[in-house]
Amino acid sequence: MKQFRRLWQGESGLGPILIGLIALVVYFQIRNSVFLSAGNITNLFIQSTIFILLGMAEIWVLLMGDIDLSIGFSAGIGGAIAVILTSTQHHWPFWIALPLALVGCTLISIIFGTIVIRLRLPSFIVTLAGQIGLAGVLLFLIDSQGNSGGSLPVQEKVLYNLVNGNFTPVTTWIMIMAAVGLLSVLILRSDRRRRTAGLEDRPMWLAIVKVALLVGAGVALALIFDTNRSTFTTLDGMPFAIPIDVGVLAAGTYILTKTKIGRYIYAIGGNTEAARRAGINVNRYRLMAFAFSGFTTGVAGLLYVSRLNGISTGIEGGTYVLYAVAAAVIGGTSLFGGRGKMIHAVIGGLVIAIIDNGMALINVSASGLEMVTALVLLAAVVVDALARRGSTTNG
Amino acid sequence: MTTTPEPPVSDASAMTSAPSGGSGVHVIDGDHLLSLRAITKDFGPVQALKHVDLDIPAGQVTALIGDNGAGKSVLIKTISGIYPPSSGQIIWKGREVHAHAPRDSSELGIATVYQDLALCDNLDIVQNMYLGREETKFGQLDEIKMELATKDLLKDLAVSTVKSVRQLVSSLSGGQRQAIAVARAVMRDSELVIMDEPTAALGVSQTAQVLQLVRRLADRGIAVLLISHNLNDVFSVADRIAVMHLGTLVSQGPIINYDTASAVEMITTGASSRVPSTPSVVD
Repeated sequence: MKQFRRLWQGESGLGPILIGLIALVVYFQIRNSVFLSAGNITNLFIQSTIFILLGMAEIWVLLMGDIDLSIGFSAGIGGAIAVILTSTQHHWPFWIALPLALVGCTLISIIFGTIVIRLRLPSFIVTLAGQIGLAGVLLFLIDSQGNSGGSLPVQEKVLYNLVNGNFTPVTTWIMIMAAVGLLSVLILRSDRRRRTAGLEDRPMWLAIVKVALLVGAGVALALIFDTNRSTFTTLDGMPFAIPIDVGVLAAGTYILTKTKIGRYIYAIGGNTEAARRAGINVNRYRLMAFAFSGFTTGVAGLLYVSRLNGISTGIEGGTYVLYAVAAAVIGGTSLFGGRGKMIHAVIGGLVIAIIDNGMALINVSASGLEMVTALVLLAAVVVDALARRGSTTNG
Repeated sequence: MTTTPEPPVSDASAMTSAPSGGSGVHVIDGDHLLSLRAITKDFGPVQALKHVDLDIPAGQVTALIGDNGAGKSVLIKTISGIYPPSSGQIIWKGREVHAHAPRDSSELGIATVYQDLALCDNLDIVQNMYLGREETKFGQLDEIKMELATKDLLKDLAVSTVKSVRQLVSSLSGGQRQAIAVARAVMRDSELVIMDEPTAALGVSQTAQVLQLVRRLADRGIAVLLISHNLNDVFSVADRIAVMHLGTLVSQGPIINYDTASAVEMITTGASSRVPSTPSVVD
């Protein structure tokens, strides 16, 4: 029992929020059985993409005890760059335009990061100024294309397909099973290595359970995606956006858990002075975190314009960034630095999208939606704080 | 970091390590693991260290005592490279060295455990032990290697109260945290471990734990420089004492030459009627 309790808390406190997520799903399904239909679930994943990716971008910065309020509009600018360059007017190929958008967002974050680090200014203020400034830049970009009426459409196939395109059902199965297979091998191999090295602190059944859950989830997802979700035509297969999200999640998680860079980012967030005394070049790694955040923001921007089929001046960059922070915190990331994982953004982003989606299905007004989201955010922080208070000793 | 050949020893700079009257024995610099000669540190108009001469032998616990403001913290920061000295020499294993950053001194084999321990609460024991010098395999962190080495070291140092090396440092008691900070210094094959007030915030049994650990370090041949306000701790664990007063080192020698009363006298007044002060170099 004690072992179970340690696991419960050990998995970065994901337990309580996962229960919350399941509770929400059950609630909405009871109120409207369309909620868990294949089409709606797929829709849910697409809806959550922006929160998930912006959440992951924010986590890179939150881990160090900083915050970046500009990523909402930065994503918009990245999307705008992609839309403009690939438009029929400029006609750049996607394999130049899209990477350029990513580079642009990365550079924006690096610039803000450099100002924060070199001039030793609070990131809140610098990135708040950035948010305001970037909103202006975005307006300028859109208007520079002349007579757009405030919005520019996506005019290129690859950019359009990022979110709206799907793999074939067969490819969907292959990709999902390959991913599940790879992860399972990694889990089992790591478990066996620890065992042969003499470290026997984790029970064998845990690895097997993880693999079983993975396989189950993989099969379920494949079945959901491959179900026809349109009534008048055939629309099935996994959206391209899903493996993009998973790719960003995997890369980010790998860096944070298996490389020195990730280790140092956690150390800087936990005790900057200790990191410095250990010989770590604090400024260098802080800037790297900003850069990773910027790149992720770029991906978010591309998927965002793909989903909305264009970029408009009405984009709520300020609101989006706050939802990004909310997603990170709901998932379990600390605002004070040193604690958080990429997966937190996925959970938090899904929760926010579930509330959004579910509330719409049961016809709740926009005011009700915002109040519920606020309550969920508050509840997540309270539960997390209480759980954490139980695990640290005094003296 | 640069090294220059061993400086010649002259009468004026030779330190006596035997007490009571007379000139005593000349000690050759190369005998000691670390020797400081005429170390002076200025912060603008303030002279924090004035011509400090100090000898630290391997395999022994040297206690550095003195009142607040005597310069103890500045002295260890000078040794560890945080404050390069304004003048004077640092002689490590017979050769002069210059440390301009903490990394320089840790490369020499000098580890400092500060009062705040410099541990990251959000990381576990293994991650803290290896912070800044992680073991990697193919560019990836080699967790298994680091975990095994940490377990072995803690067993070696008889730190037995820690249940799992994967627990977060935030969940450890004060004494355990201190032990981890010390173990981290040992793991780096340090030959000199400097500890700044290790028992200041600890209770009775935790203090005993830490002092035992200090003794074990010395028994392994490591030199320990211990700053402490607590004369009980000093007299229970130290082999040598060095007393500082207002930036000068007023006396040093084997602990049998001192007692609590004379130590207190030297801390507060800079001299004692019982133990003669070490002659300081006049320039």
